[in-house]
Amino acid sequence: MPTTTTTTPHRPTTLPRLLGGLDTPDGLAPLDRHIAHHGVLAVHPEPGRPNDVLREVVRQSGLGGRGGANFPVARKVDAVIAQRGRPIVLINATEGEPPSRKDHVLLRGAPHLVIDGAVVGAAMVGAREAIIAVEAGSRREYAALDKALAERESRRVDDRLKISLATVPDGFVVGEERALVDALNGGPGKPTHTPPRPFQKGINGAPTLVHNAESAAQLALIARHGAEWFRALGTPAEPGSALVTLTGAVAHAGVYEIPLGAALDDLLAAAGGLSEPIRAYLVGGYFGTWLDADEVVGLRLSNADLVAHGGGLGARAIVALPATACGLTETARIARYLSDESSGQCGPCTYGLDAIAGGLERLVRGDRSVLPDIERWLGLVVGRGECRHPDGAAKLIASALEVFADEVRRHTIDRQCSGDGRQVLPVPKRTSARRPG
Amino acid sequence: MSEQLRVNWIRCDAHGLCAELFPERISLDEWGYPIIDPAPLSPQLRRHAERAVAQCPVLALRLERSDP
Repeated sequence: MPTTTTTTPHRPTTLPRLLGGLDTPDGLAPLDRHIAHHGVLAVHPEPGRPNDVLREVVRQSGLGGRGGANFPVARKVDAVIAQRGRPIVLINATEGEPPSRKDHVLLRGAPHLVIDGAVVGAAMVGAREAIIAVEAGSRREYAALDKALAERESRRVDDRLKISLATVPDGFVVGEERALVDALNGGPGKPTHTPPRPFQKGINGAPTLVHNAESAAQLALIARHGAEWFRALGTPAEPGSALVTLTGAVAHAGVYEIPLGAALDDLLAAAGGLSEPIRAYLVGGYFGTWLDADEVVGLRLSNADLVAHGGGLGARAIVALPATACGLTETARIARYLSDESSGQCGPCTYGLDAIAGGLERLVRGDRSVLPDIERWLGLVVGRGECRHPDGAAKLIASALEVFADEVRRHTIDRQCSGDGRQVLPVPKRTSARRPG
Repeated sequence: MSEQLRVNWIRCDAHGLCAELFPERISLDEWGYPIIDPAPLSPQLRRHAERAVAQCPVLALRLERSDP
């Protein structure tokens, strides 16, 4: 247990919060730098005894899960505590969403903040064990966490909590919490039928509290500075700051920390502005929504605002698509990627996403007759799988057909493409078709 | 409290028996997977639903309470 009493916790009144102290290469060991910037975490999990004071602080904070679903963190904690058995904390540090880098940046730059969040989670449910899971391909993130855990171990920072690091295969779907638990339990890393959900039966059958890495880092700060401090940024319904990955046609693509509800224009300004005229924005990553550039005037980055536009913030990956790119061609490529990434377990997703991706490819080649089929297939995949993979993919594709209706006409009637051939939306090379048969 | 048919999509292999046994509420998509009509079940239809549940060769269909 740390005996330091002379630290002066840095309590930022403005941004950055999570990303604070990252760019001060001052020669200190990462743990010293972390403590110098954020202060000591005065939270010590007691196995079998949930810390109700801490739970109440987190409830008051109103923190929503930062992995994309925005589910209230305090309610997840309640659900785990209501179960019998020794709970386990699982930090989901996978980030299989290609246009999102925010967890990678956080894990590399502030591994101790994420680990502190695992400690806070463990204290809230009274766990004696926590696992942090990263993808096999996230070598630098693994190394940063590994080094940080070694530092803590040598100084006995977390002497009542066993924290371990685990890797799972790379992929888009493995980040889904049931798939992640399945992988860690020795399974193939695919979503499983519910019930049970991980809060009921997760790691080795134990009630498992799953937090995204950024949610964990937020918990680490809420435990230090309190609920009122947390709520000083953001909107009343969506309090706090959040990490955003902004890419595409902007001067400085990267990960930014914003108050939830911030204006898109302010984010763009922070990124040095647009680098060329924009046709549309993809908001919310590959389960997100295309928004016409004309549609986003005055847009604020909150779920409430985006739902009004038929979308959602998701894990807050935003791509600015330049006017010289073709949104239809781009979406067809992503549709194929999402079809390939289907875990191949559920028929409507396996066959439906493949049919939709094939339909979009025909559309790109100029075959307009496939359009009614695509519309029908989109309706057939929604709500008909064990996870939300088909739903998310269908949402993205449906929004593309709406926003890029002119591109569809250009391809199928004028037999032209407004794209200059470059690929704006990232797709990992490792994509392997996992469809059965 | 009402009851609803729910498919275990991981188990379902598109045998299609459910649609034959309970065409009032189950149809098949073009790949052979069931499309469930969520309308409430009368006592008579509930018996049909139970038969479809019992006859599924991979036990992929269940009648579940859907609490409001």
